[in-house]
Amino acid sequence: MDLKEIIKPENIVYAKPRLMNDNPMHYCPGCSHGVVHKLIAEVVEEMGMEDKTIGVSPVGCAVFAYNYIDIDWIEAAHGRAPAIASAVKRLSPDKMVFTYQGDGDLAAIGTAETIHSANRGENIVIVFVNNAIYGMTGGQMAPTTLEGMKTATCPHGRDVKLNGYPLKISNLIAQLDGACYVTRQSVETAAAIRKAKKALRKAFENSMNKKGTSLVEFVSTCSSGWKMSPDQANKWMQVHMFEKYPLGDLKDI
Amino acid sequence: MAKIKGAVVVDKERCKGCDLCVVACPADVLSLEPKDVNDKGYHYAYMAKADDCIGCASCGYVCPDGCITVYKVKVN
Repeated sequence: MDLKEIIKPENIVYAKPRLMNDNPMHYCPGCSHGVVHKLIAEVVEEMGMEDKTIGVSPVGCAVFAYNYIDIDWIEAAHGRAPAIASAVKRLSPDKMVFTYQGDGDLAAIGTAETIHSANRGENIVIVFVNNAIYGMTGGQMAPTTLEGMKTATCPHGRDVKLNGYPLKISNLIAQLDGACYVTRQSVETAAAIRKAKKALRKAFENSMNKKGTSLVEFVSTCSSGWKMSPDQANKWMQVHMFEKYPLGDLKDI
Repeated sequence: MAKIKGAVVVDKERCKGCDLCVVACPADVLSLEPKDVNDKGYHYAYMAKADDCIGCASCGYVCPDGCITVYKVKVN
């Protein structure tokens, strides 16, 4: 059968989501951010909420998230995305509000905002991309950096005596009464991506059903920061990151 | 028996040659272009063994840049 007979619009089984525009993304090749962006675009599109969704983009690699998904966005100061999202959601309760944050943004400078907005039970979704490193600024150590992991600011590996332990912030959030759904997902295989999409959809539905704060953590890679190829980074993540950050639901009420 | 045939179209200017689709493909259909590069200088992915594609869309799911469109038909 000729390829031309297969390549027809009626035979499409998978394509870039409609809400993701044609701007070329600035992310490094193989970056997990792209897949998470795609999932958000797909879920918002499937829920028919593109006119009612407001994203709050962070400081970090995803700072330009507003360039890629055609919904409304607000750019927050470093770490303050959950505070801004709380305000937006309180003022416009019919909107679907989410923050998109990395580990440096959410687990370091924004710890207070994250914990308190979850504790207040704000009806927002926090999308947390955890790649255990500060990707944008050149691969420095983050709170979530694994023990012994080498970064630009701990070139001999993270020493827990000097730098403390990796912060499992999703587990902290799961302790809070205001959080209704806390889950940890990954996006390295097609199966994991389908599962992550379901989790993301549930989180967005929770926020519209006023159940409280939902946090979806994506354990992801930073191939440039980790100094690996994208495929190597995925394999390294499966062995090392999943050991410290096991996948699955931490809280679901 | 009905057979399934698939095809993949890669937006080659958007592709960054990260190789994740090549690894994800269960039928070893995709490869990175060995010599040719796109405007950004990346070796983009292409269908090296087009006949083997089963249209499973694994490549599409894992593509971080959304450059892949997957088509599938049933052939009797």
